[in-house]
Amino acid sequence: MATRKAAAKSNTSKDDLLKFYREMLLIRRFEEKAGQLYGMGLIGGFCHLYIGQEAVVVGLEAAAEEGDKRVTSYRDHGHMLACGMDPKGVMAELTGRESGYSQGKGGSMHMFSKERHFYGGHGIVGAQVPIGAGLAFADKYLGNDRVTFTYFGDGAANQGQVAETYNMAQLWELPVIFVIENNQYAMGTSVKRATKSPDFWERGAAYGIPGEAVDGMDVLAVKAAGEKAVAHCRAGKGPYILEIKTYRYRGHSMSDPAKYRTREEVQKMREERDAIEHVRDLLIQGKHVSEDDLKAIDKEIKEVVNEAAEFAKESPEPALDALWTDIYATEVPQQA
Amino acid sequence: MATEILMPALSPTMEEGTLAKWLVKEGDEVSSGDILAEIETDKATMEFEAVDEGTVGKILIAEGTEGVKVNTPIAVLVEEGEDADAVEVSAAPAPAPEAASARDNAGQGAEKAAAAPAPAAPRAPAASAEPDWPEGTEVRQTTVREALRDAMAEEMRRDDKVYLMGEEVAEYEGAYKISQGLLDEFGAKRVIDTPITEHGFTGIAVGAAFGGLRPIVEFMTFNFAMQAMDQIINSAAKTLYMSGGQMGAPMVFRGPNGAAARVGAQHSQDYAAWYSAIPGLKVAMPYSAADAKGLLKTAIRDPNPVIFLENEILYGKSFDVPVLDDFTVPFGKAKIWREGSDVTIVSFGIGMTYAMEAADKLAEDDISAEVIDLRTLRPLDYDTVIASVRKTNRCVTVEEGFPVGAIGNHLSAYIMTNAFDYLDAPVLNCTGKDVPMPYAANLEKLALVTTEEVIDAVHAVTYR
Repeated sequence: MATRKAAAKSNTSKDDLLKFYREMLLIRRFEEKAGQLYGMGLIGGFCHLYIGQEAVVVGLEAAAEEGDKRVTSYRDHGHMLACGMDPKGVMAELTGRESGYSQGKGGSMHMFSKERHFYGGHGIVGAQVPIGAGLAFADKYLGNDRVTFTYFGDGAANQGQVAETYNMAQLWELPVIFVIENNQYAMGTSVKRATKSPDFWERGAAYGIPGEAVDGMDVLAVKAAGEKAVAHCRAGKGPYILEIKTYRYRGHSMSDPAKYRTREEVQKMREERDAIEHVRDLLIQGKHVSEDDLKAIDKEIKEVVNEAAEFAKESPEPALDALWTDIYATEVPQQA
Repeated sequence: MATEILMPALSPTMEEGTLAKWLVKEGDEVSSGDILAEIETDKATMEFEAVDEGTVGKILIAEGTEGVKVNTPIAVLVEEGEDADAVEVSAAPAPAPEAASARDNAGQGAEKAAAAPAPAAPRAPAASAEPDWPEGTEVRQTTVREALRDAMAEEMRRDDKVYLMGEEVAEYEGAYKISQGLLDEFGAKRVIDTPITEHGFTGIAVGAAFGGLRPIVEFMTFNFAMQAMDQIINSAAKTLYMSGGQMGAPMVFRGPNGAAARVGAQHSQDYAAWYSAIPGLKVAMPYSAADAKGLLKTAIRDPNPVIFLENEILYGKSFDVPVLDDFTVPFGKAKIWREGSDVTIVSFGIGMTYAMEAADKLAEDDISAEVIDLRTLRPLDYDTVIASVRKTNRCVTVEEGFPVGAIGNHLSAYIMTNAFDYLDAPVLNCTGKDVPMPYAANLEKLALVTTEEVIDAVHAVTYR
């Protein structure tokens, strides 16, 4: 990834820049807090943090319209916050409480919000890819002009079902955006150790799907690419692939020995390419805000996250009879 | 030396077909590879080639003849100078391959029952404790194949969110011709041919169900669904629970399950016990055409993912189906096909053919068997089974699947826990053998559960 040019002037409005700053910062602080709660034993099992990748979901959500759908893997906290889900409900699900989005029965990897058109939160690498195309299939069938953002990582990109889905998505011209969040490591396996074809977006060409690589540490670039992809899908031209080059600062999950990359590599990304710092620079250099203004936002976000954590700690665990509920539906859940 | 040309078997389960068209006439010279005729099976119309060379001496079966049994002589090929009229033609069809005849149970069972001395209890469905349709309702003999098609068509007319997708379901009208006429009626938007990509299209269907549609996914056979197992189990079955009830997958996965005939290990497997192990799935496995129709309509309306296990050998069998505008069969309600007092035989799907045949033969020995068809395995009608075992004090289960972790194992444990004091003998499980399905006809027959094994088990538990 090329080093970003020193924050150049941007014609993005102050309001948009502030919105991006705020949203990315919320994800980062939320994830830091989740890491803390994990360390305290309040969050169990697997917990995959999104720190470093914030610009991907924030940029793409800026390109989405109300009613558009999204589906992703288990590294899903950022996606949920970015699409407008309540940090309290997300954190309470992480702690396995009744007031969590899945009433404590899904956990970090399996969370959903019909209201926000967030279709999970899927724990099996790659499984969300055909599901995302299926959501788009439903929209096309129902004759609306919604678009589905289907997120997956560089690891999932090598899954057979991804290739199968590309083929059908293009064959049936489904309004689905395949978002490959290439954070360069599938757990501990770097892209170059997993494939001789590391430019994932180019694989779409085999099926006739257009796409492009995007600098995922630049929220403005992500948004611009997202808008192009959305326009393509919304116009009925079928799927589009965005390979977003990003980087995760933390381990694959909380129990990651991180022996597959150097501390220096991570440090270099944080110092030179951080997406939040980028927007911060744009805000300051464009003289949109003062340092104090940003400090006030930081404080505000910290409060939101602390409240979410308190809520998640204080919420009761699910009632014991919840063990037996929602195994079968008695009627079709009403579709949003 | 004249050669008889016999009606060919053009699919693993074909027993008879229509001689649609002759492409040669008497007196024509033919050589090996020439197309002689078009034969229509229940699945497809196929060209039939000459194997030998010679002159078509005589055509024995006129074109357009339906129901020509496999191995019936249809023409005679003569050598130069031979007189076709002088050739003596076998009167009866040559013996069918062993595997096919061993399986021809359901259809023949009915004939046998009519000819045999009156059994101890009258034959179902007349004897059914609770008929599925009102007395006096007109019934029509319908194949399982047609019943399944009718169920889908009726439900697609009823709800425009119901659609069918799978390999060869549209233009080909189904590899086993289950979807005949659906493309014509409902169009390509709702009857969708997929590429051969089970994992992918199953996931797409799950997503479509999340998105508000009611997909019917046809697997050409359930053997191929193993490629899609993750999407069926992890995505379809568990999402309602994992989402705290917010969203689920109202959809049907259907197709032929279990052994067909002579298709070997990878194409012959009964998945009843596999899917029945999964909370979040419902599992139906019909035997009769009426149940195939009524249960499939219920499955399509059900707000949960339903595994609908059909059977290739049963597709062509005919049963009475009530002529009703909207005939459905509820899940979780077994059917008593035959009432009896000495032993309870519990089965489902094609296992019922062995169970019913065994009950007929046992009746000749004055052993009165009650035969229960579970019809759905999830939910499972435990009450009917337990009530019957309390009456007969003995139970034999019959299924085609593997013996380890079989449905019969589960029932045995359930009966032991809930009716222990009523049992006068251990519950015996008749299952397929603990081997991959062999190809050879004799070995395949050995690998499957047989009527004789069911009879032996009944003798063992009744001590007579």
